[in-house]
Amino acid sequence: MAGSTHASPIDKPASSTGRKQSPGSEAWRRFRRHKLALVSAVILVLIALSVLLGPLIWTIPINDIDFSARLAGPSIKHPMGTDDLGQDLLARMLYGGRISLAVGLAAMVIAILVGVLVGAIAGMSRGWVDAFLMWLTDLFLSLPQLPLLLLIFYLFNDALKKWVGPETGVFILVVAVIGGLRWMPVARLVRAQFLSLREKEFVEAARALGASPTRQVLKHILPNAMGPVIVAATIDVAAAIIAESTLSFLGLGFPPDIPTWGRILFDAKDHLDIAPHWALFPGLMIFITVLTINYIGDGLRDAFDPRRVL
Amino acid sequence: MQLSDIESGLRREIEAVKSGKLSRRDFIHQMVLAGLTAPMAAQLLMHAGVAHAQQYKSAYKPSKRGGGGPLRVLWWQGPTLLNPHFATGTKDQEGSRIFYEPLAAWDTDGNLVPILAAEVPSVANKTVAPDGKWVIWKLKQGVKWHDGKAFTADDVVFTAAFAADPASAAVTIATYKDVKVTKVDTYTVRVENSRASPFWADPLVGTAGMIIPKHLFEAYVGAKSREAPTNLKPVGTGPYKFVDFKPGDMVRGAINTDYHEPNRPFFDSIEMKGGGDAVSAARAVLQTGEFDYAWNLQVEDEVLKRLETGGKGKTTITVGGNIEFIQLNSADPWTETEGERAHPKSRHPILNDPAVRSAMSMLVDKQSIQNFIYGRTGIATANFLNNPSRFVSKNAKYEFNPDKAAATLEAAGWKKGSDGVRSKDGKRLKFVFQTSINAPRQKTQQIIKQAAQKAGIDLELKSVAASVFFSSDVANPDTYTKFFCDVQMYTTTMTQPDPELFMNQFVSTNASSKANKWQGRNITRWVNAEYDATHQAAESEQDPVKRAAMFVKMNDLAVGDYTVIPVVARPRVAGMASKLNAPLSAWDNDLWMLRDWYREA
Amino acid sequence: MSQYILRRLLIAIPSLLGISLALFTVLALAPGDPFGELAANPNVPPEVAAELRRKFGMDDPVLVRYWSWFTAMLQGSWGFSFVSRMDVDQLILQRLPTTLVVIGSSQLLALAIALPVGIYAATRPYSIFDQIANTLAFIGFSLPTFFTGILLILLFSITLDWLPFVYRADIAETGWRFYWEHFKQMIMPVTVLGLFQAGSWTRYVRSAVLDVIRLDYVTTARSKGLAERVVIGKHVVRNALIPVVTLVALQMPAIFGGAIVTEQIFRVPGIGSLLISAMLANDTPVIMAVTFVFSILVVFCNLLADVIYGWLDPRISYR
Repeated sequence: MAGSTHASPIDKPASSTGRKQSPGSEAWRRFRRHKLALVSAVILVLIALSVLLGPLIWTIPINDIDFSARLAGPSIKHPMGTDDLGQDLLARMLYGGRISLAVGLAAMVIAILVGVLVGAIAGMSRGWVDAFLMWLTDLFLSLPQLPLLLLIFYLFNDALKKWVGPETGVFILVVAVIGGLRWMPVARLVRAQFLSLREKEFVEAARALGASPTRQVLKHILPNAMGPVIVAATIDVAAAIIAESTLSFLGLGFPPDIPTWGRILFDAKDHLDIAPHWALFPGLMIFITVLTINYIGDGLRDAFDPRRVL
Repeated sequence: MQLSDIESGLRREIEAVKSGKLSRRDFIHQMVLAGLTAPMAAQLLMHAGVAHAQQYKSAYKPSKRGGGGPLRVLWWQGPTLLNPHFATGTKDQEGSRIFYEPLAAWDTDGNLVPILAAEVPSVANKTVAPDGKWVIWKLKQGVKWHDGKAFTADDVVFTAAFAADPASAAVTIATYKDVKVTKVDTYTVRVENSRASPFWADPLVGTAGMIIPKHLFEAYVGAKSREAPTNLKPVGTGPYKFVDFKPGDMVRGAINTDYHEPNRPFFDSIEMKGGGDAVSAARAVLQTGEFDYAWNLQVEDEVLKRLETGGKGKTTITVGGNIEFIQLNSADPWTETEGERAHPKSRHPILNDPAVRSAMSMLVDKQSIQNFIYGRTGIATANFLNNPSRFVSKNAKYEFNPDKAAATLEAAGWKKGSDGVRSKDGKRLKFVFQTSINAPRQKTQQIIKQAAQKAGIDLELKSVAASVFFSSDVANPDTYTKFFCDVQMYTTTMTQPDPELFMNQFVSTNASSKANKWQGRNITRWVNAEYDATHQAAESEQDPVKRAAMFVKMNDLAVGDYTVIPVVARPRVAGMASKLNAPLSAWDNDLWMLRDWYREA
Repeated sequence: MSQYILRRLLIAIPSLLGISLALFTVLALAPGDPFGELAANPNVPPEVAAELRRKFGMDDPVLVRYWSWFTAMLQGSWGFSFVSRMDVDQLILQRLPTTLVVIGSSQLLALAIALPVGIYAATRPYSIFDQIANTLAFIGFSLPTFFTGILLILLFSITLDWLPFVYRADIAETGWRFYWEHFKQMIMPVTVLGLFQAGSWTRYVRSAVLDVIRLDYVTTARSKGLAERVVIGKHVVRNALIPVVTLVALQMPAIFGGAIVTEQIFRVPGIGSLLISAMLANDTPVIMAVTFVFSILVVFCNLLADVIYGWLDPRISYR
């Protein structure tokens, strides 16, 4: 559990020489010292840039069917090889990466935001607010995902299509559905943290000093409750990317010819023994994305944690 | 092509078979190419008095019953109930076929093979009326139900009445409702059709003809039929007795030591396992040998070939009448007419242009689809590529030629815009193309999309979960019967031996619409007066050759107008252990001859 | 505390009712039709399908259907499957043992891996052991189960031919061979599911232990001269367990209906595959029964977790 007192004597920060540091820039300085987090941030930015700008450089179309080059391994012409219709995998990975990353990150953000909100309110209040929110959480946990997905798509797909266009409409639906069904564990975890944290002395001290509940939450409790939230965030990104491919397996979500990473992985699964490269690249990319987000999260947590010596 | 020409062409062919110039098998093959079914072709020959030369010859070798160990078969959709008259889909029919038997079954050449009947009825033996209005079936004697009671004509009469009763809500009701089955004596029944039909071999034959025991079901007729315990614990006459059933998962049977054929069955027990997907089913038979037989391997041929290299099993291809085809919507799915999308009265603003239809037909690269996706499991339809020219009009051209498609469109006034998509009078050539979720189908969509792009047509691909696509839910817009998009693709199953039911899906009065809750069979909402007239004539036509000619003509009309574009013929593909000997038929269930299955030493 | 438990239990009943109504409504509104195959069959006239729908009360308004379901439930009848024409409770009971054994074992495996590995990795953060454990954990939850399942099948069933990959619920052999055969066919599905779960749980355990291990009282305990084992075991773990308890409580109901992909790949006849095939066939009574049991488990497992929090951290009070 997160605690209140310091574990070790505080190393005097550079501000002891007189320079004033705002908490934000202090955190950034500490983040920079966390090497792994820094490297990961750089890699993530590189990945994001390549999926955004890559197709401008690597111009092979994603659906160029070439029967003579099916299931070819990596080569100069096809750095990531080809699939069973001869389509270039690098181009498909770059194109799909946009969607996969966007879906993964957006769904994760929704799940975390909603989960933290619900968990914090439930954890801080007592009595019927807590009971009601937990009932709501239990309800969402009990809902069978498949009929719910079918229902939501069927109800909202056409309306959204008219409103924002087909691709954006599907994107909104997919993100809402995946994020909307993953907030419950985060809420339960955050609530559990809050239940234990709000009884601790430092919170009591803050209350005695006249801090309003909001301030108590934002400045004292929440920063200390972030541990499981960060873990949940990284797991949710991976889960969201995979969940998107499951959706298209069921005919919901993006059309089958859009090569999101999860979809490429799914298409490749029957050819693992003769064309492992086809599954290797999307699997690797999902893995690296998850890794980098996690280390960034670790770095953030350590950067904001006053007890950690950096 | 004129109807009379088709008819005389058919008669010439039949004469050729009679005189021996044309083999029976070739004749039947040609009929299938022209759109008929093998059983129907065989009936044509039977009617013309062509001798039943090529009977089903059993290849069964073992000389004693039992001793073969367990038979393990894998159906990647497990049966959910075991009463053939309530079967929803072939999985339930196959599960029931382990235990129940019909009077006769169809072999792969379209011949009738007697199972519970003593012999096949024929005009020569005076057991069939010349106009098919009545049939006399002589039953095999000495057959016992699994619980020891004797099988008699009472059971046959009961089965027909059971299925015909609307309160039972049996799925086989259409076969029996216009038919009267009466007992002549303990081992003879008489079947009377309410109207003359040259195709009399529908009731009591094949999947719809499995006989159920009267003494176990008579307390559960009509509304109570669903509560019969025998629904879950079948008692039949088949080669295996019921042991255990877990819906969706597994059916088990043990050898029937009193089976009515000598030396059969070979195996001591049978286990039918369900669930999973087609690829792993193929692996289980072809690679690891955990199972002896796997049904319906809808898998890319590449993958199948790779799996076969281990030598443990082989893929068997049985050619039937199933065709994967593309439909073009004749109605307009994007505007509401009288509050309904794709109203039969509406006409599609773009797809009714003959140039567009013809262009679409030239964009389907059937050869590549066969070579790179389906392989042996999907033959670029012989139906319309290399077919006997005497039966199909010269207008139906099926070549893959995107350039020619582009030229056709250009000539008709569809000019390419800056985004590469053609348009005319403000209408863009953009279509939504839907199908069910299935890896080969998605790949086919992609191949067609690319060809279409070259010609200047933009296809938006859509794939729908199979259970939704093939459902009849009135509320769901994505079913294939609603066809709320421009183009769709799926496989027609010609499991019913008589094509008449198949053919009425192009009659304009059958157009699928809100009024009939989208149950109408004419999904493309196509309207063609000549077709309607021909179909009406065929319904009351007595002469089987004239009738067959009409079907060929109707087929030609539908295809010639490009309302349907055939892609590949889909034979049945199954995986078998290399030592397994199992006769298969495309016109009946896979387990139609389960008693003759054996394993070579 | 006991007051709190009593109150929660009493609230659980109306809350379950509310959940069941919400579930039922979602199912009723969702697209799909159990009699779809009938309609696609040209042999079946539309009247037959319509008659079946009427018989099963499918055209009645939602609240009417809910009420008849509810009253039937109270009388102990869980409904009648449209698809199998069989009692739903029989269907579930047939599959319950397999589910408990296979899926249950995988959760135990996951816990057995996650706890020791997570704790040990947290005591030596950023060491070699920690890095390896983390990497393996990331691989564990980045790779979907359909992928690892097929990988294992390719390796153990096809290349090495050591293990069967189609699960058979009834095995003819007796005696120790019976157990051996069951064990052989269980290894792969249990491993696939267990490793996937262990990946995320290890990360949570490690994070929770890390949070606790830097606190003053741990330093105090060490400086008192207690053995490291005791420090970790008695002081650290107990306090770090709260998030772990939360997660395990969240995951328990998933045993009953959650392992859909694994069950599909290995053809394990568990309740998950029953649920998915019922969903695809729109067999509402089965879906309703399974999801209702699921929701009961959810409510009670979370209640249990709340009670355990109070025991783990005495400062937590529920006023």
